[in-house]
Amino acid sequence: MDLEELIALAESERAGRLPVEVRVCLAASCLGSGAGGVRDAIAGAIADRGLAGRVRLREVGCLRLCSEGPLVQVDSEGADPALYAKVDARLAPVIASAASGDPAEGIRLVDLGSPFFALQRPIVLENTGVVEPERIESSLAAGAYRSLHHALHELGPEGMIAEVTRSGLRGRGGAGYPTGLKWATVAKMPPGPKYVVCNADEGDPGAFMDRSVMESDPHRVLEGMAIAALAVGADRGYIYVRGEYPLAIARLDTAIRQARRLGLLGSMIFDSPFNFRVDLRIGAGAFVCGEETALMQSIEGRRGQPRPRPPYPAESGLWGCPTLINNVETFANIPAIIREGSDWFSAIGTEGSKGTKVFALAGKVRNSGLVEVPMGLPLRTIVDQIGGGAPEGSTTKAVQTGGPSGGCIPSGLFDTPVEYEALKALGSIMGSGGMIVMDQDDDMVGIARFFMKFCMDESCGKCVPCRAGTVQLYRMLDRIERGVAPAGELGRLEALCDLVKHASLCGLGQAAPNPVLSTLRFFRHEYESRLVSPDGDGARAPTPR
Amino acid sequence: MAVTTLTLDGALISAREGQTILHAARDAGVRIPTLCDLDGLTPVGACRLCLVEVDGRLVPSCVTRAAEGMEVSTATDRLREYRRMILELLFAERNHVCSVCVANGDCELQDLAMELGVDHVRYEYLDPPCEVDASHDRYGLDHNRCILCTRCVRVCDEIEGAHTWDVAGRGTRSRVITDLHQPWGESGTCTSCGKCVMACPTGALFHRGSSVAENIHDRERLHDLVTAREEGRWGV
Ligand SMILES: Cc1cc2nc3c(=O)[nH]c(=O)nc-3n(C[C@H](O)[C@H](O)[C@H](O)COP(=O)(O)O)c2cc1C
Ligand code: SF4
Ligand code: SF4
Ligand code: SF4
Ligand code: FES
Repeated sequence: MDLEELIALAESERAGRLPVEVRVCLAASCLGSGAGGVRDAIAGAIADRGLAGRVRLREVGCLRLCSEGPLVQVDSEGADPALYAKVDARLAPVIASAASGDPAEGIRLVDLGSPFFALQRPIVLENTGVVEPERIESSLAAGAYRSLHHALHELGPEGMIAEVTRSGLRGRGGAGYPTGLKWATVAKMPPGPKYVVCNADEGDPGAFMDRSVMESDPHRVLEGMAIAALAVGADRGYIYVRGEYPLAIARLDTAIRQARRLGLLGSMIFDSPFNFRVDLRIGAGAFVCGEETALMQSIEGRRGQPRPRPPYPAESGLWGCPTLINNVETFANIPAIIREGSDWFSAIGTEGSKGTKVFALAGKVRNSGLVEVPMGLPLRTIVDQIGGGAPEGSTTKAVQTGGPSGGCIPSGLFDTPVEYEALKALGSIMGSGGMIVMDQDDDMVGIARFFMKFCMDESCGKCVPCRAGTVQLYRMLDRIERGVAPAGELGRLEALCDLVKHASLCGLGQAAPNPVLSTLRFFRHEYESRLVSPDGDGARAPTPR
Repeated sequence: MAVTTLTLDGALISAREGQTILHAARDAGVRIPTLCDLDGLTPVGACRLCLVEVDGRLVPSCVTRAAEGMEVSTATDRLREYRRMILELLFAERNHVCSVCVANGDCELQDLAMELGVDHVRYEYLDPPCEVDASHDRYGLDHNRCILCTRCVRVCDEIEGAHTWDVAGRGTRSRVITDLHQPWGESGTCTSCGKCVMACPTGALFHRGSSVAENIHDRERLHDLVTAREEGRWGV
């Protein structure tokens, strides 16, 4: 396929548009609340009313306000788009009528001008909920693979690396390593087999950003990977997806096959000498397999345990060959950067944190769902405006970012801008994008214990500080929470946190104490008030929640 | 052969190119405590006892190559405290009752505890239920004493070439297993060569039927085997 054929396909897809398009979200969250039935009912209603020539049903990915699903959006020519929430199959006829111009009675209409939508800045999610993930023509109409063509025929490897470097993009998998630098390192390795790996393990509890991107716009990830492969000189790639994401796996699989059929992946891409073959690898659901060295062991078919770095994957990765490993969202940023240029990208965000970040906003907020915001927005804007603040009758206490590797930031510090360094200075991290809001009823010791249990259960067992240390930390936290720990326990707790943080082999152990340390820093009284007093009048009752 | 120069605990020492900090230190007469490391096996950096400070950062000396101009400290107060804590965590993790252990007096865990002055354990003993596998007619496995150093796994894979051992489970519930978690005595791959028993630092792997005093782990022999193979000498 060449560019002209691609443009022709995109145009014929655009020409096939009907005056009214009904977009039904079929991403995992809405599917879980019954979107499949809604889709069938709407399709039936369209047929029954003989609207097939006027109204088209589109099966799209995430429409973002996941807590209000199933979501359906109606776009009619000459009218404002209407987003319907909590749609029930019984309401399908109403939607079909709405599509033909009648007012839709009895369905909740979401205000698309509300801060939840207005304050977002979709780049990674620009086509999420717009394109049909199971039809490549739909992605092509939205511009998919144009950046790859541009990279292949105009920029060349050095040009691409320069663009990505100048854009200031940092890895979205957690640590925020400069993406351009990583690409340049792999590109500089001597010629020979090289690999590109997409880390789609997404093991953090509560996180679903990467899943949404893969379910909603899989071609974006594939295009980003192909551009990366071209830049570093790789001809094979793997997407490592956790087995708990069957829908993402199915859609990626379909997308790969469709792209291969059109010559956009596989051999001689765009009739050039560039070959790039992508395969899926399914993880069995171990958090540690998101750690890059463990992930590669797992791809090689071995027990997923981290190994000491250096050597870093860029030098010695899959089967000892140079390997580029990036996160889903990192790859999903690439097509836009190549298309719009590095200056455009680096104008968004802050000095040290460029671009946008996708968050999975959840917990004690009115609106939970998928949000993409420019970096640098204060936490308060995200929690109070986008999230709509605390639900009726409660007040926001803190926000947890970065999952089990992150920390809790108290509401008093909500003016902190969301950027890598600012969050780190508070003892938390950007992480992959989980954001859990907590209110006055949430108990910080309990939160710390919850995350420690997660790390204890997910520790791979290889190194002693993590394997044998997290279990002791968990027990200490449990005793404190139950009000049976002696005075002086906090000192032992902190000393062990220090060991686990500094002596563990990989990031899992190194970050496991973070939720404890950050809650100790900002909510120490919640710990102290539960310790048995030194004069020993027996265990205290747990503090009331 | 290229040589690099580095500072070890304030003294200048030299290292061969590609040599680890651990081996360079050993050559210079400085002993760094280790448990998972065994000469001749691929180092894994797992026990974290060999951590040293390089420019204020902690690195495992068994897997970190010496580099020109490095400033290495092997025994700061912080390192000594970390090592003690690591040993205490190990003692608390399983059921190490030295007085009734076949390896009493021939145990690297015990030796290190004595060397580092571990006379009590500050952590809660987890008392996990651990099994003893006595199905092999010559050797036995007592999970109560296993510290998951994976020396048995590596020696069997890398030197004997049988790959009978592996690790199953996660976190503190990890256990060494033989074959696909079958009793050792029913293993179809074990050649009964005894290398794993030789390699084990504790009393987890032992010779059956021998008394405590006879139950010697001859770890030097493994090194001899590797050297012999590398040099093509077979008369070990
Ligand atoms: C315990 C652990 C789990 C991780 N899980 C993930 C994950 O699920 N997804 C991910 O992209 N990165 C994860 N990472 C980070 C990766 O090791 C790696 O840094 C990242 O994939 C690099 O991509 P980036 O440069 O695009 O951020 C994890 C790291 C650790 C230590
Ligand atoms: S820190 Fe934990 S997860 Fe990482 S290697 Fe050590 S035991 Fe495994
Ligand atoms: S006796 Fe030899 S072959 Fe059998 S498990 Fe031990 S090292 Fe492997
Ligand atoms: S059985 Fe011995 S050699 Fe094997 S892991 Fe346990 S302690 Fe190490
Ligand atoms: S000897 Fe280096 S980590 Fe065990």
